[in-house]
Amino acid sequence: MPKPSNAISSLGRLAVMAALAIAVPASAQTIKVAYLEGLSGPFANVGEVGLRHLQFFADRINEKGGVLGQKLEVVPFDTKTSPQEAQLVFKQLVDQGIRYMMQGNGSAVALALSEAMGKHNARNPDKTVLYMNYGAVDPALTNDKCNFYHFRFDADVDMKMQAMTNFMATQKSMKKVYLINQDYSFGQSVAKAARAMLNAKRPDIQIVGDDLHPLGKVKDFAPYVAKIQAAGADAVVTGNWGNDVALLIKAAKDAGLKVDFYIYYAGGLGTPPVIGEAGVGHLKQVTVFHSNIGGSRTVEMVEAYRKRFPDSRDDFYWTSIMVAVDMLTRSMEQAKSTDPTKVALAMEKMKSDSLSGETYMRDDNHQLVQPIFVSTFSKANGKDVKFDVERTGFGFKTDARIESKDTVLPTTCKFQRPKG
Amino acid sequence: MEFFLVTLLNSLSYGLLLFMLSSGLTLIFSMMGVLNFAHASFYMLGAYFAYQTSVYLGFWPALVVAPALVAVLGALTERYGLRTVHKYGHVAELLFTFGLAYIIEELVHLIWGRAPVPYRIPEILDFSAFSVFSTKYPAYRVFMMLVSVGMLGGLFLLLTRTRIGLIIQASLTHPDTVEALGHNVPRVFMGVFAGGAALAGLAGVIGGNAFVTEPGMAVSVGTIVFVVVVFGGMGSLAGAFVASLIIGAVQTFSVAFDVSLLTLFAKLGFTPDPQSAWMELWKVTIAQAAPVLPYVLMVAMLIVRPKGLMGTREG
Repeated sequence: MPKPSNAISSLGRLAVMAALAIAVPASAQTIKVAYLEGLSGPFANVGEVGLRHLQFFADRINEKGGVLGQKLEVVPFDTKTSPQEAQLVFKQLVDQGIRYMMQGNGSAVALALSEAMGKHNARNPDKTVLYMNYGAVDPALTNDKCNFYHFRFDADVDMKMQAMTNFMATQKSMKKVYLINQDYSFGQSVAKAARAMLNAKRPDIQIVGDDLHPLGKVKDFAPYVAKIQAAGADAVVTGNWGNDVALLIKAAKDAGLKVDFYIYYAGGLGTPPVIGEAGVGHLKQVTVFHSNIGGSRTVEMVEAYRKRFPDSRDDFYWTSIMVAVDMLTRSMEQAKSTDPTKVALAMEKMKSDSLSGETYMRDDNHQLVQPIFVSTFSKANGKDVKFDVERTGFGFKTDARIESKDTVLPTTCKFQRPKG
Repeated sequence: MEFFLVTLLNSLSYGLLLFMLSSGLTLIFSMMGVLNFAHASFYMLGAYFAYQTSVYLGFWPALVVAPALVAVLGALTERYGLRTVHKYGHVAELLFTFGLAYIIEELVHLIWGRAPVPYRIPEILDFSAFSVFSTKYPAYRVFMMLVSVGMLGGLFLLLTRTRIGLIIQASLTHPDTVEALGHNVPRVFMGVFAGGAALAGLAGVIGGNAFVTEPGMAVSVGTIVFVVVVFGGMGSLAGAFVASLIIGAVQTFSVAFDVSLLTLFAKLGFTPDPQSAWMELWKVTIAQAAPVLPYVLMVAMLIVRPKGLMGTREG
């Protein structure tokens, strides 16, 4: 429960963030990594979670002495999750001489950033910027709209949908599926992929609804839930994230909607506490990681993260940020340089010793290849569901593990490689 | 049928919540002739105060404490803010409330942070009240409706059956005469402003946990409330009531209609060129356009009947 001290600490945090955002590079001793995310507005909570992850992993590197004798410094910028705002922020970070940036919430923002970065890098080959994308999963970013300096560390919509629909195809009782997504590039690509793949794998499954709702604006999903109920769906597929998924699940639970949810971001913020017991067995997610994938290093990492951030809303979630920081620092060491072009060339084909299994960067489109997991919301039992989420007593249990090689999809990406 | 009934109930509960917000706004407008841009901010403050109170005392005390705190803030705003700038005319008052809305939002950022706060429905109300065929209807929504209807009844009785109501109504139309009769009209104004703010605060208490309590909630609900007030007729309580229900219904029901202009064309036996640049527009369904519909209604109303549904004055 937040107490007044919490309010003061958040005040302090804001002040620090503001100071960091205004600060002009004072010393050349640090390697600055800009963190561009909505830190205000409807998705501020999600943005803050990512920031804590990045800070956590940057600190671990710094404790070991940093990279090439320099420390990593995280510089947060508020994009308000808006593509226009993000482009302005990009200009700001370029002006401050920052060469590395990280972003992950919102594919519309990612597409705008990738384009702005592409133009900047083409005009300023000696001042290039490298973009680590830890969660914006519109397939276009590593296909038609790919960029040499853009690296994605999360699996894209199609890779995840492939895993999800393979699993759904095995559910014999499933007859009617309802799609509900956010009305922007990401949500549209989820709907498109779900429709195409379900049609191919289970032609007998009927798509009884396909809704696109405005991003971050719907506060009451009850009308949508009534519609899902009326359509007689027995499964709902959604790529919604942040409050858009928490509120959807809340409305579904209030109305007693009996369906299985196939979700991209069920383990994100706010969803587990609102559904609780009612979600057991019915809430399924497809992710590149969850706390119960097993392995002693996973356990160690989850425990270390919880120790550092004890608030119930803080869970270790973004392994993509962990891999990004790992690959960034090792690429710098390998290239013996902090120049983004040299680092990018080193990052291609790089392998990472991540928590889930075989993990490497594809050199043809800069998409990270890693295992994908389908998991179900279950009661924590200390064994295969060792960790709960958001301290609810419920956690995720692996249903299916898709090995790295089976997640690779063809790409249409053709980018120009700079000369190293 | 099931869908219709459930959606009707949902639209009622939402419409009543809108009324709770717009009633205060429209009262203040009819009294001072000023649209209070900070009105939705009082709604937000109501939700945050209720959250903070519920952390220490629980939900039920919050139901009383939060609106009371908002009322005090409303009274202070009127007494030391609006009354001071009043002599510079309506534009100054308008700008004052506009600025106030920004200040309140920034204060909320500073105190509670930018992320939503975990303000939850009390457990005692977290069950389903009844079932409509296979859909459960949450008790909290019933509670919301009861509170709104109770408030509506109370407001009606207060304005029509009591001496206070009599003086308020008289002050609205003939402030000079009321003053001549020995009543303190500025204090009446302050009372009404505080009361209007309290109603918004109460809406925040019960709306904040039904939806989300976050710094953006004032902005997201503020525009809709203005639509309600303009649509129903500025200064008309009855108009605001009808408009709230209509806007509530439009917003909830429109989600259900996957009909686009394309389907309409098909019915009329006309197929537009699929290569046409207009195709994207023809394909937009009513469900997708749902968020714009209230504004379309407002614009249409302003064109056809500028004084609104039941308004008495122009513009």
